Amino acid sequence: MFSFCTDPATLPDWQWFACYLTSGTHLAFYWSFGVVLLLIALAAPSALLFGFGGALAARSHVAPVRVLGKTYIAMVRGVPDIIFFLFVPIAIDQGLEYLMHHIRCPDWTQPVRRGAEFAVCAQAKVPLSNAPAWVHDIYSFGLALVAFALVFGAFAANTLYGAMRTVPRAQLETAEAYGMSRRQVVRRILLPQMWIYALPGLSNLWMILIKATPLLFLLGIRDIVYWARELGGSKTSIYAYPHGDWRLWYFLAVLVFYLLLTWVSERVFERLMRRLSRGQATAAGERLRRAAA
Amino acid sequence: MRNCWESLSAYGLRALGRDYGETLLPRAGDITLCDQIVLIGSGLSWNLYFGMLAIGFGFFLATLLALGKNSTNPLLRRPSSGFIFLFRGSPLFIQFFLAYEAFVLLPRNGIEIDLFFTTITAETRWLTRAWAGALIVLILNTTAYSAEIFHGALQSVPKGDLEAADAYGMTGWRRFRRIVWPTMLRLAWPSYTNEAIFLFHATTLVFFSGFPAWQQSGDSLYYARYLADQTFNPFVAYPIVAAYFVGLTLVIIWIFGAVNRRLNRHLPQQAPRLRYRPQLIR
Repeated sequence: MFSFCTDPATLPDWQWFACYLTSGTHLAFYWSFGVVLLLIALAAPSALLFGFGGALAARSHVAPVRVLGKTYIAMVRGVPDIIFFLFVPIAIDQGLEYLMHHIRCPDWTQPVRRGAEFAVCAQAKVPLSNAPAWVHDIYSFGLALVAFALVFGAFAANTLYGAMRTVPRAQLETAEAYGMSRRQVVRRILLPQMWIYALPGLSNLWMILIKATPLLFLLGIRDIVYWARELGGSKTSIYAYPHGDWRLWYFLAVLVFYLLLTWVSERVFERLMRRLSRGQATAAGERLRRAAA
Repeated sequence: MRNCWESLSAYGLRALGRDYGETLLPRAGDITLCDQIVLIGSGLSWNLYFGMLAIGFGFFLATLLALGKNSTNPLLRRPSSGFIFLFRGSPLFIQFFLAYEAFVLLPRNGIEIDLFFTTITAETRWLTRAWAGALIVLILNTTAYSAEIFHGALQSVPKGDLEAADAYGMTGWRRFRRIVWPTMLRLAWPSYTNEAIFLFHATTLVFFSGFPAWQQSGDSLYYARYLADQTFNPFVAYPIVAAYFVGLTLVIIWIFGAVNRRLNRHLPQQAPRLRYRPQLIR
């Protein structure tokens, strides 16, 4: 990074640290913070989408759709979410390969699952074994993203379903009295009003989503936990920058990162709550009205 | 291939250590369904151990911490709020890693504590083992979460109750023990039930987070993952551990529901039913 970094062993302390903290692996470490933020940024809207679908399905008048929605909401109850994070990616992976196997190798006679083996033909591997490394990286990140969206979607569905039921019934009846169709009632009355009731639950979900991101490590992705362990472990003098066991300091840095993230989110949600409470028939809305008057 | 009785005697207590069953875990080609059910079930004892002890200790510490946060004295309030923020604001997963690395750095031979007349050696080696180190992290974590719940409940103790206590001349410990504390528990109980369930679920993280599984004795999810890796089939082991946890969750709801009914027994209307609002990893 810097011109004086050619021979780190001879450097004074501050230059040594300047070089150490900008080495190639450290840049990968900093980049992995971006991966975590990217996961949050992608998982939150997709979970919301899944949640929305689940909540609407659970309210449906068509019985099979309703059962499907309610099953989805109930799915993650009572089961630790970490089980889903371990299960979903490998299940999807095997499912895809099984599907590809039947499409690409129809004349393959042996069963796919033989004893302790899961053997599909070479053309059915997802991604193909000769694919470049970045394809594998993106694929495993994508699987992790689906797992996050699926699990958090179920929780968001639960929250949104509850919020839709809290919107005062009289409001919906008034809309019906005006001759709106079911669809119009949902779109014009229910959806705009439910957010204020959903926000406390959603903000809680957001916090939990942030705190679930280190689980990426379990899915074999090179995230901040992976790099903190790698970089912090003691390095002998065959390395350019030998040092003792510094993992404690690396994990402290990761901890501070998460504390900052949750602290900032808390502030943002406080403001958002105030903003959305304006003009609502809730205690917070009433307080705002009084303060203004 | 073993039959079910043989698996039970081989792996029923395997999670306690390799002296309590077969030394080696079953290998790839030799895993029966009974093996999976028995082995994962034996791992559940670790989840119960962590969960019950953490809740047992955490309950009392959380009460103290909630009182600290509710105090008007900034010397008590600030550290209490800071502790709660630290543990609620960061992932439990990172807390495990951090604690483990900190415990590893402690001197291996123990710390000599000089007490003028004698020196005692504080053993530190066991802190790096899951049964002690992870338990400490779980206790501190659930203390923070429960304290936040109890603090919310403390703030919503009805004013009339406190005034009535004053009118009877109750002060200090008696007022707390007979008025504030029961009401606080009653108000906090539904949320506290969620926290308890949540904590039992969080115990599955222990053996994935730095703390090594000594002699391959780990918790239920540790074995589930081992079996899923060995058989390369996630569709058996994970549903089994999920089913165990659904059962465990139902038992917790049942126990906490009984306590809830007792806490609310003086009220004219029936106690509100406990509803489990699921939450996720912390």
